Amino acid sequence: MADIPKNTSQGPRGPKPKRAFSRGNIFLYGTLIVVSMYYLLPLYVMIVTSLKGMPEIRMGNVFGPPMEITFEPWVKAWSEACTGINCDGLSRGFGNSVRILIPSVLLSIMIASVNGYALSNWKFKGSESFFTILIIGAFIPYQTMLYPIVIMLREIGLMGSIGGLVLVHTVFGMPILTLLFRNYFASIPEELFKAARVDGAGFWQIYFQIMVPMALPIFVVAIILQVTGIWNDFLFGVIYTKPATYPMTVQLNNIVNSVQGVKEYNVNMAATLLTGLVPLVIYFASGKLFVRGIAAGAVKG
Amino acid sequence: MTVDSEPLRARSGKRPSRLFKNWMAKLATVPMILTALVVFVGGTAWTITYSFTGSRMLPKTNWVGLDQYERLWSSDRWMISIKNLGIYGICSLVLTLVIGFTLAACLDRKIRFEGVFRSIFLYPFALSFVVTGLAWQWILNPDFGMQNVVRDWGWTTFNFDPLNNPDIVMFGLLIAGIWQGSGLIMCIMLAGLRGIDEDIWKATKVDGIGTVKTYVMVIIPMMRPVFVTALVLIAAGIIKLYDLVVAQTGGGPGLSSEVPAKYVIELMFRAQNLGQGFAASTMMLCSVVIILIPWAYLEFGGRKRG
Repeated sequence: MADIPKNTSQGPRGPKPKRAFSRGNIFLYGTLIVVSMYYLLPLYVMIVTSLKGMPEIRMGNVFGPPMEITFEPWVKAWSEACTGINCDGLSRGFGNSVRILIPSVLLSIMIASVNGYALSNWKFKGSESFFTILIIGAFIPYQTMLYPIVIMLREIGLMGSIGGLVLVHTVFGMPILTLLFRNYFASIPEELFKAARVDGAGFWQIYFQIMVPMALPIFVVAIILQVTGIWNDFLFGVIYTKPATYPMTVQLNNIVNSVQGVKEYNVNMAATLLTGLVPLVIYFASGKLFVRGIAAGAVKG
Repeated sequence: MTVDSEPLRARSGKRPSRLFKNWMAKLATVPMILTALVVFVGGTAWTITYSFTGSRMLPKTNWVGLDQYERLWSSDRWMISIKNLGIYGICSLVLTLVIGFTLAACLDRKIRFEGVFRSIFLYPFALSFVVTGLAWQWILNPDFGMQNVVRDWGWTTFNFDPLNNPDIVMFGLLIAGIWQGSGLIMCIMLAGLRGIDEDIWKATKVDGIGTVKTYVMVIIPMMRPVFVTALVLIAAGIIKLYDLVVAQTGGGPGLSSEVPAKYVIELMFRAQNLGQGFAASTMMLCSVVIILIPWAYLEFGGRKRG
């Protein structure tokens, strides 16, 4: 009904003025802004706390901006914070996490992409059943498989080492990545595959020369998915590594939740931010691809 | 599968052994087959089997029947864990769905800066539970955190200290958990909303149905599959709840924020009571099965018919 006078009057205020500040819109933006504050609050608090000195934290307001900006907590978190007897800061955990991350991401994506390719183009008797088991496995709570894996790793002599954790990440990343690649390869026209077969190309030739170049975007999605997932892992890190090889998340938890000494909240927050930095950078740099990755993760059923 | 093997066999007169047909594909998927059979099936079966033993420090085969389960269900700590997970689970499920859908609906109203808002709602999901837990631990710190700030504003009797109050500690975890996870659900809901035909909106406008009513009466029923996916995702996440608790509360104060996943790990790796840990993890598996079977039935049972 409101549309009729608008069309006939053509007032001086220009086109479509009525939508800009309607009551509904104010309510809508108001809600979104208030909710945004809840989401941004922890990040803001972490940043300002990590830039304050301890005296200012003790007297002050957790939401207030720092009066005197200091980067000392960051330096301390990186190179001096203590876990137990070791006082070499988070840098050790960071190094471990990188050494875990790179081989895990490469290995898991290599295996999963070959799986996806074989499952969509080279089906054999039983291949679908193995795939179904794999997908069901993604829903089994990790707790049910933790101890058998301890035994397996002990048997092959990798318990407590970075290599062992790499294997664990490869195994548990496999269901979702295989699904991702299988769905992608299944969407590539089969004629392409058949033509290559007629030309005499074999399993690996088709994989490397046709499939991999075509699947580059999905490789990027898989990398994003794995890097954030493996970097953020805590459970496997705490169980399958020992203090010298703890990944960053485990070391962070030990630093912040250690009961000894005076709590230095600014150092703790700097350490927390340092740990969160890698996935945050990936998130903001990758934008839509990150969403695509989690959307792929979401449909894993 | 048997269908496409027929022409191949007919072409090659020798009829090679079936085992070696496609042998490179089979060889290439050996890691997958091993993962599926040895780790997933084998590992799970092993744990279930050993949950009927009295293993303590090392797994042993001294069968004790259902003793571990009896002990489990009479353990205070386990009962607290279950109760906590129930409270957390129900609240988290309802709130995450409501918040996720509301935010998605807000973003779907053709607003400006949609990308900015979406990035803000989703970024916590990129962070680990450890980071989430530690950040909220600091904000909820009674002496320097939110409680202190609100008191300084003049409301001197303001009391919100979930990390030291056993009655509300689960809600402290809930605030953090929802902060971390609701962006994902928003994203899924938004994708669902984008899949709904514009004409629906035109039709309801013509009929004079209000916006909110359209969402509740028309859109939500249409989005049933999206809701089911979201539900399964949230439920799977809830059962896994572990890192957040370890980082934010450590299970305390006392035992008041213990959860089943933590119980399993503490008994297996700290208390050296393997059998008890196996029994508890088997119960976790059961709960997943209970959630998944109706869903799988709805999802795949329906698809086969269609």
